This record gives sequence, C-alpha cells and structure tokens, in this order.
Amino acid sequence: MSQQIDAKAIAPPGPLRSLARTLFGGLALLRESPVGMVGFGLVLFWALVAIFAPLISPLSPTAQIQPFAAPGTEAPGGEVLWLGADQLGRDILSRIIYGSRTVLFYAPIATFCAYFVGCIFGLLAGYLGGWVDDLLNRVADIILAFPVLVLYVVIIVLIGPSGLNIVLAVTFASAPGIMRIVRGLTLDLRNRDYIAAAQTSGASLPWILFVEILPNARGPLIVDACLRMGYVIITIGVLGFLGLGLPPPTPDWGSMVADTRSMITFAPWMALFPAIAISSLVLGFNLLADGIREISLRD
Amino acid sequence: MSRKSSPIFDWTPDQPVLQCEGLCISYFTRAGEIPAVLDFDLTVMQGQSVGLVGESGCGKSTVAMGIMRYMGRNGGIVGGRILYKGRDMASLSDEELRQLRGSEIAMIYQEPMASLNPSMTLGRQLMEVPLNHEAGISEKEAYERAVQMLADVKLPDPERVMRAYPHQISGGQQQRVVIAMALLSQPSLLLLDEPTTALDVTVEAGIVELIGEIAERFNTSMIYISHNLGLILETCDRINVMYSGVVVEEGEIAEVFDRMRHPYTRGLFNCIPLPGADKTARPLLPIPGQLPLPHERPTGCYFGPRCEFFAAGRCDAGPIEMEVIPDQPGHRTRCLRWNEIDWATRSKGKDAGEEVEAGDVVLRIDGLRKYYEVRDSSIAAMISGKRLRHVKANERISFDAREGQTVAIVGESGCGKSTFAKVLMGLETATEGEIVFRNQDLADKPIQKRTPQEIASMQMVFQNPFDTLNPSHTIGAQLGRVIKKFGVEKNPEKVRQRVLELLDLVKLPREFARRRPRQLSGGQKQRVGIARAFAGNPQMVVADEPVSALDVSVAAAVTSLLTDIQRTYRTTLLFISHDLSLVRYLADRVVVMYLGNIAEQGSTDEVFSPPYHPYTEALLSAVPIADTSIEKKRIILEGSLPSVLNPPKGCPFNTRCHRKIGRICETEVPPLLQDGPGHVIACHIPLDELRAMDPVIAEKQSAAE
Repeated sequence: MSQQIDAKAIAPPGPLRSLARTLFGGLALLRESPVGMVGFGLVLFWALVAIFAPLISPLSPTAQIQPFAAPGTEAPGGEVLWLGADQLGRDILSRIIYGSRTVLFYAPIATFCAYFVGCIFGLLAGYLGGWVDDLLNRVADIILAFPVLVLYVVIIVLIGPSGLNIVLAVTFASAPGIMRIVRGLTLDLRNRDYIAAAQTSGASLPWILFVEILPNARGPLIVDACLRMGYVIITIGVLGFLGLGLPPPTPDWGSMVADTRSMITFAPWMALFPAIAISSLVLGFNLLADGIREISLRD
Repeated sequence: MSRKSSPIFDWTPDQPVLQCEGLCISYFTRAGEIPAVLDFDLTVMQGQSVGLVGESGCGKSTVAMGIMRYMGRNGGIVGGRILYKGRDMASLSDEELRQLRGSEIAMIYQEPMASLNPSMTLGRQLMEVPLNHEAGISEKEAYERAVQMLADVKLPDPERVMRAYPHQISGGQQQRVVIAMALLSQPSLLLLDEPTTALDVTVEAGIVELIGEIAERFNTSMIYISHNLGLILETCDRINVMYSGVVVEEGEIAEVFDRMRHPYTRGLFNCIPLPGADKTARPLLPIPGQLPLPHERPTGCYFGPRCEFFAAGRCDAGPIEMEVIPDQPGHRTRCLRWNEIDWATRSKGKDAGEEVEAGDVVLRIDGLRKYYEVRDSSIAAMISGKRLRHVKANERISFDAREGQTVAIVGESGCGKSTFAKVLMGLETATEGEIVFRNQDLADKPIQKRTPQEIASMQMVFQNPFDTLNPSHTIGAQLGRVIKKFGVEKNPEKVRQRVLELLDLVKLPREFARRRPRQLSGGQKQRVGIARAFAGNPQMVVADEPVSALDVSVAAAVTSLLTDIQRTYRTTLLFISHDLSLVRYLADRVVVMYLGNIAEQGSTDEVFSPPYHPYTEALLSAVPIADTSIEKKRIILEGSLPSVLNPPKGCPFNTRCHRKIGRICETEVPPLLQDGPGHVIACHIPLDELRAMDPVIAEKQSAAE
C-alpha cells in the first residue's frame, strides 16, 4: 500500500503553500483565544476598509464641502457629513477611510523592511559570534542610544518627507531592536543537533541561517511583529503629526489630528475620530499579538 | 532527639510504613479523563526498598506524586487509598499533609540543581529543614546536625560545603547534599525518582552505595524509581514492574530476575545487553510495537498487542487480575498464561548473523591533539603574564578503524569524546596530528574545504532524538536535501524515490516522508537520523550516544537496526558511548578515554578482561548489571573529574586513581604498555602487575544453578 503514495506528496511544499498553511493553521488555533479573535477582527475590519475604500467612502476625501460642519450635518449640496468636516470642509469619514490605505500600506512595508534588516544582522551576529557579533552589537547600541524622535526628524529633514522615507526611518530605528531578539533566539538554536547535522552535510551559511534557523525562531518573531506593527502605526501617526509624513493633501490620520488640534475646544470631532481610528488599529494588533502569545504558550 | 510536630500515628514497626490499595490516578485534560495509574497495590515495610521499573510513560513517577499527594491542578486520585503508617492519607488535613511531606516522606528528584536554591548557601538550605520541621531547635543545633549529616553522606570537608553555593560543587556532590537534606528530617519513607540518571557512571556508583547504606543505617524505607534494572538489583529488596499504568509483575528481586513470570518483564531483559549477549551469537530482542497511549489501551492485557504469547479471545477478553505464583508467596503476575509459557526457552528472535570480517584500515588517527585557547582577563592572570591558557580537549590520540568494524569510544562526560567527533567531522580542525581517512589527511581540512564525496562518506548520528531533526521541515524534505547535497541524485523524481528507499531501510512507513518531526516518537526520529547518515552511502558513521536518550525496548530496536545496516554496507561505525554494557555487546574494538587522553585501547575482549587500566577497572565496576548470577568488585572513585583547563600533571587519572603507586604518577606521563598486538594501556604500573588483577565481573560461584 505504501508503494502507491504519489511522489508529489512528499515534495517539499512551495514557500507560498507553506505560508498559506501556516496562516490558516494559525487562524484555526487563534479561535481558542477570545482576545486574539477581537484583535484579529479589528485588524481585518481596517484591512477591508482600506481595500474597499473607493466603494464605501461616501464622498471624495479631498472635496471641500462645508468647513467646521458638525457630525451629522447635511451639506447644502445634499451630502451628509456623518463624522463632520474639517477646517477646509473635507468629509472626515471619507478621509479616515482613505487614510487607512496610507497606514495599512506603509506600516507593513516598514515593518517588513525593519525585519528583513534585523533578521539578517541578528542571524549573522548570533550564529557567527566573535568579532561580527561584537561589531554589530556596538552599532546597534549606538543607534538605540539615540532618542528615536530626534532620529526620525534628522532622517526626514535630511531627505525630505515622502512615503519611502517613512519606511527608511522606521527601518533604521527598529532594526537594532529586532536584531537583538533574533540574535538571542539564534544563540539558543545554533547549538541544536540539527544545525550540526546541516553543518556536517556541508550546508552553506545562507542555507543554515534562513532555512535551518529562521523558521524555528518564527514563534516569538510573529508575536513581536504584531506588536511592532502597532508601534509603526503610531510612528507614522507621530511623523504625520510633526508634519514629516506624507505631503498634503494625502489623507493621513496623524496629520489629521495635528492640523486640527488647535480647534479641539470648539470642534473636537476633527481630532477625535482620526485618533480613535489610530487607537483601534494599534489595539487590534496588540490584542492579536497577545492572542498569538497566549496560544503559543499553551502547548 | 527533638519532638516532631507531625500527625499522630498509631503505628508499630511490624506494620507496613506505606500501603497502596487499588490506587487509581487520572489526569483531567480538555480531551477528557486520562487514567495514568490503575489498580496499583504496594506494601512497604520498615527498612525495605522497593523498586519501580518501567519505560517512560508507564506511570511510575505519577505513583510517587500520588503518594506525596502532589499532582498539580489536573491530576487526582480517583480510586483506592494510600495508608501511611495505618492512616488513610485522604483523611489528613492540608496542614498535616504539609508536615508529612517534609518530615515523614521525603523525595529526591533526578536533577539535583532543580532541588537546590542557587542563591542560598547550602548550609542555610540544610539548616532550614530542622528549623522548619522541629519545634524549639536552636540555630546552633541545626548547624551541627547539618554538618553531621553532610559527613554521613560522605562529603569531604562538610564545613566548606556548608558555606558553598550549589554551583560551586559538582553534580555528584549536589545530589549528596540533596540526599542529606532529605535525611535531615529523619523521614520514614524516601522516594527516589531516577536519582542518578543525570550523573556519570563512576559518580552514580558512589551515590548508589550511599543509598544502600542509608537504608541500613537509618532504617528508612525507600521507593526507588528507575528505568535501569541493574540499579534496581543493586539497591532494592523488592521490585514492581510497571507497564502502561499497571503493575504487571511484582516480587522479591531474586524471584523476578531469575524466574520472571510475565512476558513484558522477559521482554525488558531481552532488550538490555547483559554480559552473555553478543551481537552476532545472541542479539538483543527488541519488543515489537509501541507503548499504547493512555486513552487507547486495549481491552484485556495492555501488553497483549506486543506479546508473543498473545491468545486471541482470552488475553483480550476482559480485565486481568494479579495472580499469585503458588510456590512463591509475594510474587504476583498479571498474566493469564504464565502457567502455559515455557520460561526456560529463549524467545525466538532473528537468527544469529555472521561475524563480520574487518577489512582494510579506513581511518587512522595519529597523535591527534586539539587545544582550545582561552583568554583569561582576570587581574591575577595579567600580573602573572599567563593570559593565554589552553583547554586540552584531546591529547595524543592514536588508533585505527577498519572497514566493517565497530570501534567504541568510551568515557564519562568531559573526557573529550565529543570534541574528537567534531574534529573528525571537520567542524573543528586539529591542533596537531593526523587524521587519515581513505588515504587522505583530513586533520586540517574543515568541512567547507571537503568535497561532497568526502562529506558524504563520513556522516554522523546524533544523541538527542528531540534535537536531531529540524522541527520546521518534513522528514522527506530533510532527507531529500541531504541526497541532493551529497550528489547522490539530482533529478527530483529520483531523489523522491531515494527518500522512500531510505525510509524502507530504517523500517519506517513511507508515509512518514510527509510528516513533521513532532509527529514522530523518539525512536522514530532516531531512525530518521540514521537514514540521513546513510543517505550518501558513507564508509564511516560516527554515532554519538545514539540510544542513550531512548527507552530500553526502543534502544534495543535502534541499536539492532544500526548494526544491521552497518553489516549490510560494511560501514565502519565509530560508536561514542558511556554505556559499557552496550559497548561490550556492540563493539569490536574499544578505546577508553579519560580527560582527553586514551587510557586503554584494544579488542573488546582484551579491554573487558585483565590486564586493565585502573580507570577501565573502575568504570567496569561502576556499571550496574541486571544479572543476579554476576558478582562485581566494588571500586568507588574518590573526588570528581579535574578541570580540563588545569589538568593534573603526569598521569591525568592520578588524582582519582585507586592504584596510584607514588610520585611518579604525578610527575611523569605514563608509558604506553603493549599487551599483545593492538592492546595498549597507558599506566606506570608494570604490565605483570596489571595482568595479576582479578576480573571485575565474574560469575557468582554459589548462584550457578
């Protein structure tokens, strides 16, 4: 009977198939954690909003309709401004909906880039040890010793505000932290027998780092990535708030809060709703991270 | 003697100290109730030692936890009762139970470090015992008692030990302190859960001797839990053999060892390499199949599916009760057919194989040294100018290995055998000397510089089954990767075919190619590890303690698999082990290492009979042998292994040697004495004197029946 097993079945699964399996397997497990499911729901909600923004947005995010309109106001043209309008008369609901696209586009990219850099250096430092480890750690210390905010300002002032520069700034500032985590995990994993087995079969350095070690460090890294995504969203908000984010009139939650903060006493809705949007998305990622951690600790 | 504030017992010494009647313990999980121990009976009299033997998962530790009434949140006693000195333990209050645990019943665990607080001095921890359990005892009195007890467990310089922190003493000494701590409260019952498993054999021998003395001196009753039948023989009066949560056989040691009446007990004995066993003439007989999961136990006899005497319709009909063997009171078995089985004939196993003729020399090691440099940055080192120190992991190692031969490297932890394997595999390069493998010098050739053929022809099997496979990848992917890497096959279709063939070779189902390591048992993982080593048709395989982490029945199966494959392919096997019984069974040649040096080498027969190197003699006497007809000389080594950073001058063994002849041992490196071709002993004692030694292991004259 064992002869009939088709050889395809034992072929190593492609990276995409394996990733999909991990994701769906993880989701099935996540159902056991209510906290994690709430987080997942929040993140999914904003992801769907971002994807379908043109379909669900009632108005244009840049059209100037009625300045300082309170929530629920019906504009002369017949448009209803459900969450009110800002000082230029743009519909806040539509701007939040379109703003989710900015956040959910740049936050994952920035996190991914930070992880890419952090993993490479962390794996090298942990696996090779010696002077490589010393050198990388001192560099990381120097970057971490800098006040983050000042660092952002310096980077963006030097090369000007744009989406790409947000990604650069976030990568530069978070990669050392990620490097530390990956290094610690690598130190533990590099002494396992299966690494020695790979070494004694003549495996190359990249193979050992990325195929033998990295997949086994994924548990803590996924949790950290979710938390870090939350921080990056806040960072993008902060950068927008400081006027270092995306150039106007791109809708950006951070700059929406910043631009309207002086008018918070008589038109609180202008700053409140974008702030709620930021908080809910960050909360979503944090709860998701908690849920994943809870499940991973269970068995 | 001060008064103990423990519960009052109406008990006289002729009554049992502990009595378990029909004890049933279950764990409650999300999947439901899982019975871990069923219908467990046990009677322990004063001063008696009872051994609990069984493979992992058979419930022996659960019994100990049940007796301590310490089973965590999800465990509970669901039936039967435990009487301690005549009182039902269920009737005791929490406070009484707490008092009972420390002062009447004490427990000693496998890992001594886990029982000691690393941030407190040992003295403080020891003094706490009397201070907590005895009312009105002064600090001074407690201190004196602690020092006295340390002397009783034969720790040198008790005053110094009192001031030391746990990490400042060796593992064997730690376990002695733990035993002292347990004895300080003068318990009536001592539970020992694999107390020597984490220790080296020579250290283990000392602890075992100590445990034996305690039973006599303090009249303490003991329950000794172990998977090692030899240890049970040395320490206990009675034995309970457990299988899958039930006791299958119990009785006096001699009765059970010599006249066993349960097929599982016999299976266990067939799995361990006793002195009579031989890999060609009398191979080990692994028990087929696997231990059933607790919720998948078969009806009737739990051992039924693996038993060679299984009778359908009878053995699987219903629950089986313990039955007393008529002429041996106290010897009971849980087997319906014990009366029908012919116990004198040995179970049918595979036929004896042919002796393998050793071929040409495949590997020649000559004067190999491996030093590690350690930079000492302490102020003292800076002043003296000795900043660079050397760890001498391997020193003047020379031996040959031939085609088809099994060469065993034996030694305790820290003797440099793993470093040697690393140098051989090219993970490290030698400091000096030659490694000639197939007429090529590999000593300075790290793995990166070796060709795929060179890499494929020398492979390794690793020790820890839970670590040997990458948990992230399927078995098929991991084997396929090695096949491609070694250049055996490139075509994906053929690689897959070869993966399936390799699984056939190690007798695993082909479906396993799709599984991940966590879905496999320890023995199965180790088989995959063997398949991986043989993927590139190697000429030599280095096996670093491949079965030491496995249960006896699994270990026997893996061992015989390894030797079968080796025999078929005429591979040279370099077997690194600390288990001398296994080495005697398996090896053609033996190399005994101590502190990076070769103490003795020769053919298996030569090494296992006089003349011995004194270290070989001590090692042999330390190994517990589960055979009542064998008599051993007792040699207990003093002290602990010296540090490799600062090895003794002269003979490395001189600090612990029981046959030290004088100053020459401390000053001069011993000469290599030649006793016939290939048998070399590094010792200052003249060969004639060594030849006159008595054999360590001998047949008992009286018990020859």
